[in-house]
Amino acid sequence: MKSIEELKAIREKARGDLNLRQEDIGNNTRVVVGMATCGIAAGARPVLASCVEEVHRRGLTDVTVTQTGCIGVCRLEPIVEVFVPGEEKVTYVNMTPEKAAQVIAEHVVNHKVKTEYTIGANQ
Amino acid sequence: MKELSLHILDIAQNSLTAGASLVELSLTRRGGLLTAVIKDNGRGMTPDMAARVTDPFTTTRTTRRVGLGLPLWKLAAEQTGGSFALESAPGVGTTVTAAFVHGHIDTPPLGDIVGTVVTLIQGAPSVDFVYRQETEDGAFALDTRDLRRALEDVPLDSPDVLAWVGEYLQEQTALHPV
Ligand SMILES: Nc1ncnc2c1ncn2[C@@H]1O[C@H](COP(=O)(O)OP(=O)(O)OP(=O)(O)O)[C@@H](O)[C@H]1O
Ligand SMILES: [Mg+2]
Repeated sequence: MKSIEELKAIREKARGDLNLRQEDIGNNTRVVVGMATCGIAAGARPVLASCVEEVHRRGLTDVTVTQTGCIGVCRLEPIVEVFVPGEEKVTYVNMTPEKAAQVIAEHVVNHKVKTEYTIGANQ
Repeated sequence: MKELSLHILDIAQNSLTAGASLVELSLTRRGGLLTAVIKDNGRGMTPDMAARVTDPFTTTRTTRRVGLGLPLWKLAAEQTGGSFALESAPGVGTTVTAAFVHGHIDTPPLGDIVGTVVTLIQGAPSVDFVYRQETEDGAFALDTRDLRRALEDVPLDSPDVLAWVGEYLQEQTALHPV
């Protein structure tokens, strides 16, 4: 069984990661998941979890995953927006956990936009 | 929505939008009813507003866009023969209570309640959350204020902390499933 005591060990490791993370927060890539009613109903919760997990698994300390309200195109939810500093925002639609993990791997890590999942390719 | 836990995530997002610093979620199964309570200390609503947001379809004069979240939650509960109540006061907060008839064909499964709690903490790491569940077999509660005490300056949305919270809740919720 896990206990709250374990958090003390996690705290020490997290402090180390935090120092890495905080250096340049303004230059972070942001991954934003739409989490309003329509997004949640369409499957945004596991999409968000997949983004968080993939960023963690790859040790991407310069990437932040956040949530937002309604992005405005209910029928294309779940929607994920990627903001790379100095580049234009890219909006991905009809996301699944698997697609979201691919977006992290290809767009966020390798800087190759996953064109077939973008809003432009799906309207 | 396919899961009660998805509705709960949606209704709790309203609490965050309302500027709550504490959001308490509870699930109780007792006497054939499964009752979900979402309570916050956010900005609250006037009685007029509270009436309007739960029954947007019966209101004739609506000038602004009405939301979907609360009406869907109310409908979901009432469809099972359960009940719905919204209590709110400006400057005090809001409590949304929805009771479902347990085992009714229209009662959605609880689904991934752990995913809901982890999602809420990830999205609002400076807000405190309490998750409580209770059945005749036992009760369990997680309070992020206890976690914060152990974590000191480390935020709740640190990846390792979120992973721990997920695993901890999986274990605990499996002990006495609602
Ligand atoms: N906990 C709360 N505290 C204060 N105001 C609330 C709360 N919950 C709901 N409201 C008010 O009621 C309105 C309707 O809520 P509802 O969840 O039905 O729709 P919404 O959040 O506006 O949109 P969506 O369709 O994405 O849910 C909100 O916009 C807000 O003004
Ligand atoms: Mg809402």
